[in-house]
Amino acid sequence: MLSLGGGGAKSTKPSFVSYVTPEVLSPRLDWEDFDEERNPVLKHTQDDLSQRGIFGTLLCTNFRVSFVSDETPLEEMTQHFKNKLYGENDIPLMCVDNIYGVYDEKKKLITKGMLKNKCPSKMIIHCKDLRVFQFCLTYTKEEDAKKIFQGIAHHCLEPKSLKCVFAFSYAASSSPEVQRSQRTVMFDSKEDWTQEMKRTKANLRIVGYNFWMKYGCAMFKASTLPVPQEDGLMQGYMERMLHAVAHTHLYSLKLEDLSETLPTIQDIQQSYNKFKQFFLIDNSTDFWVSDVKWFSTLENTGWLDIIRQCLQKAVEVVECLEKENTNVLIMEEEGSDLCCVISSLVQIMLDPHFRTLTGFQGLVQKEWVAGCHAFLDRCNHLYQKDKECHSPSPVFLLFLECVWQMVQQHSPAFQFSETYLTVLSDSIHVPIFSTFLFNSAYQRESTMKAEAQHLQRGPLNCPAVWDWSVQFDCKAQELFINPLYADKLKQDKAIRKVPRAKHQRQLSLPSSAFKTPPKKGFFKDETESLKKMLRVKRISRWMASPDSPAAATREFYETWQRRPLDYHGLLLPCLDGPAMRLWMQRYLRWIPEVQILGGGPVAITSMLAELLSQVQDLRRELDMRSCWETEAESLQLRPGPLALTRTSLRLSSSFPFASNRNWTFKPAIPTSLLQSLMVTDRLASQEDETNEVISLV
Amino acid sequence: MTITVGVAQFLYFLCLFSLVDKDVMYICPFNGALKGKVFITNFRLMEPDSTFTLDVPLSVISRIEKMGGASSRGENSYGLDITCKDMRNLRFALKQEGHSRRDIFGELFKYAFPLSHGLPLFAFLSQEKFEENGWNIYKPMDEFRRQGLPNERWRISFINSTYELCDTYPTILVVPFKATEEDLRRVATFRSRCRIPVLSWIHRENQAVIMRCSQPLVGMSGKRNKDDERYLDIIREANGTPKLTIYDARPNVNAVANKATGGGYEGEDAYQNAELVFLDIHNIHVMRESLKKLKDIVYPNVEESHWLSSLESTHWLEHIKLVLSGAIQVADKVSSGNSVVVHCSDGWDRTAQLTSLAMLMLDSYYRTLRGFQVLLEKEWISFGHKFASRIGHGDKNHADQDRSPIFLQFIDCVWQMTKQFPTAFEFNEHFLIVVLDHLYSCRFGTFLYNCESIRDSHNVRTKTVSLWSLINSSTTSYVNPFFTPESSRVLYPVASMRHLELWVNYYIRWNPRIRHQQSPVEQRYKELLALRDQYLKKLEELQLSDSTHMTNSSTPNAASPNQHITHLQTPF
Repeated sequence: MLSLGGGGAKSTKPSFVSYVTPEVLSPRLDWEDFDEERNPVLKHTQDDLSQRGIFGTLLCTNFRVSFVSDETPLEEMTQHFKNKLYGENDIPLMCVDNIYGVYDEKKKLITKGMLKNKCPSKMIIHCKDLRVFQFCLTYTKEEDAKKIFQGIAHHCLEPKSLKCVFAFSYAASSSPEVQRSQRTVMFDSKEDWTQEMKRTKANLRIVGYNFWMKYGCAMFKASTLPVPQEDGLMQGYMERMLHAVAHTHLYSLKLEDLSETLPTIQDIQQSYNKFKQFFLIDNSTDFWVSDVKWFSTLENTGWLDIIRQCLQKAVEVVECLEKENTNVLIMEEEGSDLCCVISSLVQIMLDPHFRTLTGFQGLVQKEWVAGCHAFLDRCNHLYQKDKECHSPSPVFLLFLECVWQMVQQHSPAFQFSETYLTVLSDSIHVPIFSTFLFNSAYQRESTMKAEAQHLQRGPLNCPAVWDWSVQFDCKAQELFINPLYADKLKQDKAIRKVPRAKHQRQLSLPSSAFKTPPKKGFFKDETESLKKMLRVKRISRWMASPDSPAAATREFYETWQRRPLDYHGLLLPCLDGPAMRLWMQRYLRWIPEVQILGGGPVAITSMLAELLSQVQDLRRELDMRSCWETEAESLQLRPGPLALTRTSLRLSSSFPFASNRNWTFKPAIPTSLLQSLMVTDRLASQEDETNEVISLV
Repeated sequence: MTITVGVAQFLYFLCLFSLVDKDVMYICPFNGALKGKVFITNFRLMEPDSTFTLDVPLSVISRIEKMGGASSRGENSYGLDITCKDMRNLRFALKQEGHSRRDIFGELFKYAFPLSHGLPLFAFLSQEKFEENGWNIYKPMDEFRRQGLPNERWRISFINSTYELCDTYPTILVVPFKATEEDLRRVATFRSRCRIPVLSWIHRENQAVIMRCSQPLVGMSGKRNKDDERYLDIIREANGTPKLTIYDARPNVNAVANKATGGGYEGEDAYQNAELVFLDIHNIHVMRESLKKLKDIVYPNVEESHWLSSLESTHWLEHIKLVLSGAIQVADKVSSGNSVVVHCSDGWDRTAQLTSLAMLMLDSYYRTLRGFQVLLEKEWISFGHKFASRIGHGDKNHADQDRSPIFLQFIDCVWQMTKQFPTAFEFNEHFLIVVLDHLYSCRFGTFLYNCESIRDSHNVRTKTVSLWSLINSSTTSYVNPFFTPESSRVLYPVASMRHLELWVNYYIRWNPRIRHQQSPVEQRYKELLALRDQYLKKLEELQLSDSTHMTNSSTPNAASPNQHITHLQTPF
């Protein structure tokens, strides 16, 4: 490793320039096209406080920006958690958030217009998964540097068309479908919906299948209607559906307009933009400077408060469903942003099925993919500058954040782990999965069809993100399972006799069924009249006291809290200030200063996993001797997660991310401490013991 | 029912006095007014209720005030307002008729502040018996021997055996071999309250040491003392450190200001082979105010929407960060082979925090349940942290400027470390909370009085019971099941606000909205441990029955399961 003294000014020049041919690259996806390549650059590592770096080559393909080190990779601790699609030095193009150039020690955001300018001495890439890369271009020949810089900037900053997204070239050449081990219900066929209705014992029926084509707009492919409703013309569909709901004698109906009570998607975008900046840290000095006012900085971004508001709203809806036996109709202008967030959260709180891994994936399929969340626009995969009609906003991430809060508060209730959620949030920006690429099911089908025709081949095979084997091997996937998850079967035995009739009835209300169909103006008239009709029935509280909704649900929460906690029953989040936390794994995993070597929560989860696998070995041993009486019971233990952590004691708190090779055993010593404390009153200057005089000798 | 429970507790604590009032309303900030009875004994105040029992040791009370007067009208406006040292306030509404309030107030005031009324502290009255005698946990000679002392460079000195050199130090001190008793006496004249630099801890491999002392008496005129300078140089020489590092815990300005009262810091030209580092930790008054602010935002209600910024405005966690990062620097210096001297003004508050935290990072022994008790006995109790002044045991003067939550702040730092390294400590959170509860309770002699010499004069060791008697007689509830002993590792916590968090289970424990459940991880782990034991037992039984089976009838299959057994026994 070559050290680069004084921030890159006076360093030994690289004695050789290494050109790496594409063939050497591994793991190389053979359907990638190589565009720009072969420029020796220096990548700064953040591993310790000094600005050291590694020489290597920067490449840019139509899938990723990739840095190939000149050094032969050290025999590092076996990397358990390797993404098959991109390595630790690869950035999928879609994952690039911003590019900065450093000109004469000044950091400037690179925009499209600046491409013609002088090539910067250093290029800093901020990624959407919060990694920060710094490439020093001063050792590169100027025209090469310019070429690679412009190439990368061009690929990352230019608006694209949907056709150019990498998924299509991937799908065109990828091998046949990888087998799904655990099937996720995709909600793309009538059968899936029927099945779900059966599961929830819903008093609803499924209407015809084709109307979405007719209107050519984003709609449910298969939608659910209350039973009394006849199939018929789609005109007035909305109205009749709502009437049917409203007039179902069993329940009354309440209407909740989310656009009136929750932040807009623009607010969400703004808040997240502010928030993420504090995790994209370029150097140690910045880190410690920002540590000083950390809490107020976090609060000022408003991000945690938005999470709280969403959870709060979901609790309110749950309260209506659970306590007041009232149907709830949630609506917003397009019905596919915060509606998705709230309805998914409500279902997670009410239905333990959605807290399992497959259940959760099904929920995302049902509420987000089939529910037509405009992933393409919201994630701004195509770098459209026209913010007006494409307003990007991290709505899905917001949902994952809310789920994470629930997971960390009630860990044993969830089958999936925090790592699963983090990986899922990263996967949004990997342009391979059909899940996050389209605005609607209609758009997906039509685009795929057109593409297939264009390529003159059979139906394109674009994997869903749920095919985790595309990204991770089986071992790594074990980390998705939460070793704390409390077995349903075990629990049931204890409470088998408890009648759960009431709860079943509550479950029979998938609020998705009552979600307003989307698209601006399309059903506007109907909804308007309906709003008028329903306004009288609104819960007065929602309207009357918008400033203290917290107090309103407090009682509901407290009543629930007083009951013994059932991880397979209703689950509510605590929304008090100290309970709302920062998703450390996602946001702090790449920052070397905060890594706790040999500590962090992973230290105990890995011990737990180890013990679990010991117990399983023993159980197997007993089973083999076939003297164990209760065979039925023996099937309950799940496959052992995290069997990989035998050497766990040296794992860092950012496990399984950020593999640190250069562990200096030096502690991170905070700098800029004194200015942090604005203690200026007379107390600070006072002596410890004012009332005693020190004897002068 | 509840009354019998109450009575049982009376007997247990040898009640010398009790008072019962029947018509009292406890105004709970969370559940509203609750009607009940009040029992006051010389140890505790109780209000048993069918659903709810309030149980407060009297010594936790820092202030009692009458609320409302004869003319008070509103509901529950007449009664008592009690401020506690453990982050809560109590409010009782009483009947105006009769003189019940006068009686209750009088008795409470008397027994909550016994020292102000010429009464003994409860620890001297309690005659609890435990299997183990906690006073035996710390024997200075054993502890120094464990560290490999004395050796050819460090000797044990008995110069202070009658507290003649320094009345706030323990009797047994470790000093450089080369320093004579006469040297020590001369150094003592130049150190505030004669607290000379003495050894706290020595690194087994590199022989670097942590020394603790008070500030030098430099004064306005910038006095120098050749003996002190030579003494520090002897310390430096002991392991061949090129430069001795002196950590002054105070902010630079405060150290300078101390010159006015005769104190100061080691000047550069006087101490040629030493470097001086200020650690910017504020004084006891700042800490007291910070905790007061913290209480305001967590009791009775938790600030909701602006939680983070109000937490920041208390500065509590920032102070924690400064203390921790100071200790990290000390530990880092020592583990890289350099000896250090740590002091603040008098060397019993911030110095104790820094040395004990650094020792906790460096030496895994102190991370065990008993090792931690030794650490507290040594660095805090024997070296004269002024518990009596800082806590105000049995003293009515609630506004005393000497009170300060220095020890609480230290325990908070320890908790932050246990949080960051959940497998490195043998004790758990419950243990830390119990220690803090008995810091105020006066049930045990452990935290009473300011220093060893006073403790000796009150015969604390013979007349009271040690807290460690309670703890060590039954340790199960204080043990962390995840503890994995690892001897050689230095633990460096991350002293960044990103990782520091408010200790909710302590500071907000009175709020019922904060769920106080056993951590699910711990629970699951214990379940699995039990399951493993059950399986192992089953296997053993099977093995046993197999062998008997084999002797009785020669089944050909019997051999193979046996193989499994032997294979399986090895890992456990």
